[in-house]
Amino acid sequence: MSADAETGRGDRGDRRSRILGDLRGTRNIGIAVTSTVVFFVVVAVVIANSAGWPEVRKAFFDRKLFGDSFPEVGHAFLLNIRIFCIAEALILVFALAIAVLRGLPGPVLFPFRLLAVLYTDLFRGIPTILVIYILGFGAPALQLSGVPNSPLFWGVTALVLVYSAYVAEVYRAGIESVHPSQEAAARSLGLSRAQTLRYVIVPQAVRRVIPPLLNDFIGLQKDSALVALIGPIEAFRQSQIDVAATFNYTPYMATALLFILLTIPLARLTDWLIARDRRRQSAGGAR
Amino acid sequence: MRARATALKLEAVHKSFGSVEVLRGVDLEVGEHEVVCLIGASGSGKSTLLRCVNLLERIDAGRIFLHGEEITRRDVDVNAVRRRVGIVFQAFNLFPHMTVLRNVTLATSRVLHKPRAEAEAEATALLERFGLADKRAEYPDRLSGGQQQRVAIVRALAMQPELMLLDEVTSALDPELVAEVLNVIRELADGGMTMVIATHEMSFARDTANRVCFLDAGRILEQGPAEEIFTHPREPRTQQFLERIIAAGRL
Ligand SMILES: Nc1ncnc2c1ncn2[C@@H]1O[C@H](COP(=O)(O)OP(=O)(O)OP(=O)(O)O)[C@@H](O)[C@H]1O
Ligand SMILES: [Mg+2]
Repeated sequence: MSADAETGRGDRGDRRSRILGDLRGTRNIGIAVTSTVVFFVVVAVVIANSAGWPEVRKAFFDRKLFGDSFPEVGHAFLLNIRIFCIAEALILVFALAIAVLRGLPGPVLFPFRLLAVLYTDLFRGIPTILVIYILGFGAPALQLSGVPNSPLFWGVTALVLVYSAYVAEVYRAGIESVHPSQEAAARSLGLSRAQTLRYVIVPQAVRRVIPPLLNDFIGLQKDSALVALIGPIEAFRQSQIDVAATFNYTPYMATALLFILLTIPLARLTDWLIARDRRRQSAGGAR
Repeated sequence: MRARATALKLEAVHKSFGSVEVLRGVDLEVGEHEVVCLIGASGSGKSTLLRCVNLLERIDAGRIFLHGEEITRRDVDVNAVRRRVGIVFQAFNLFPHMTVLRNVTLATSRVLHKPRAEAEAEATALLERFGLADKRAEYPDRLSGGQQQRVAIVRALAMQPELMLLDEVTSALDPELVAEVLNVIRELADGGMTMVIATHEMSFARDTANRVCFLDAGRILEQGPAEEIFTHPREPRTQQFLERIIAAGRL
């Protein structure tokens, strides 16, 4: 490998943490800590001394109310977690199927490609909340035998349908980004088209789309609150109930905190996964 | 030329991309254990010819036979044919998300359904033979170009093909890495592997090939023993091509 490639690798390794930037050496870390502390102290002082702060604090950050509502909201949040865990698992599989369908070659399979295109166009076009209403209220109203009535079921179904359309596009971009020579190499070894997808194309595609995939999942986690609109009491609905009882917005803040606490580890996990992959394949060696 | 069984036979093969006719009636016969080098200017159709033999491209007219069996019939099992024909590309095309060992065992375990232990033992033995034993757990991006290309050759060899197609396997390499790959190919030739090799390495062609074919504008214009083609080319086009090569210092 040429010297250029070596340098390229080094740069990539250093770029691993964008937040920490080029914090190397005790002196730099010291400067960073000092400036951070000074900055936030100044901000805190300015806010605490500004005119409306006591009112804001009372309406949004009431410590006692926070303590009271947090367990309730937290319990309801378990439903959010269930909703998007189930939805995410289904989406990962379903969206991949659609992306693969869309990439099928040959004139005979044209209807399948068409179907996949229609699907993604349709469900990316309709607002999520509309899909949830249509399915959540419409489907049970038909009273068809064998069709579940549970709003939760239809809420999850709606999320799966909508988000699969987005995720399918993400997958497709990933699949198309794998160079055709990879397919040629796999097929030349006698692998079937399906085996080529499974062992060569999709694994590379998925690795490349982990960041946008995660982005969609953060969106999904937040949209799990929309399911509340057709009945199930998840965290947002629960906090609404609490807010109505106290005329104070603190329960909303508790809910917001829960959502944030969930997305941050997910974001860090992705960063870590990407960094690990990169280390393995290039700079770090085989372990 | 000694009489030998025919491994590969092309009859009037035509191939177009859109309105561009790239192969315009190629006839070629390759005997078992024979090493045939394809030479010719860039764009003359060498890669296309090899890809057609591997059925990576579908030909428009003509027929191709592998050990007497027509492989260009519509109902032929392409995967079965490709199992018997190994191809190595200019750009290596290793699978970057797999270790060297997995690159080599993917097809033997998934296509030939060899048990994992057997596939790995065979792969390790092959890697050892080509001086890559210590690289088996590495990912391709961490290897030099020469090492990557040797892995690609091993990957194709692991399928125990009846025929190997090599498409300018050294042109993407730094000059100092070319020799290690050419030595591997020579070793294969000495071992009796039937090969069709597209190459710009004229001295390699002269040393190794039983026969050299000069491809010009989609046709085999002239062919014969290396000595004859390189020293007494009959066709003016061949003479021109070789003169240019000599001027470029590659012969
Ligand atoms: N997939 C394709 N689609 C369209 N045209 C193609 C395709 N593959 C090859 N060609 C064209 O076919 C012609 C022959 O290409 P080919 O790669 O076979 O030449 P080559 O002899 O291998 O050249 P080189 O020495 O540069 O590798 C070129 O003009 C090329 O542009
Ligand atoms: Mg070529």
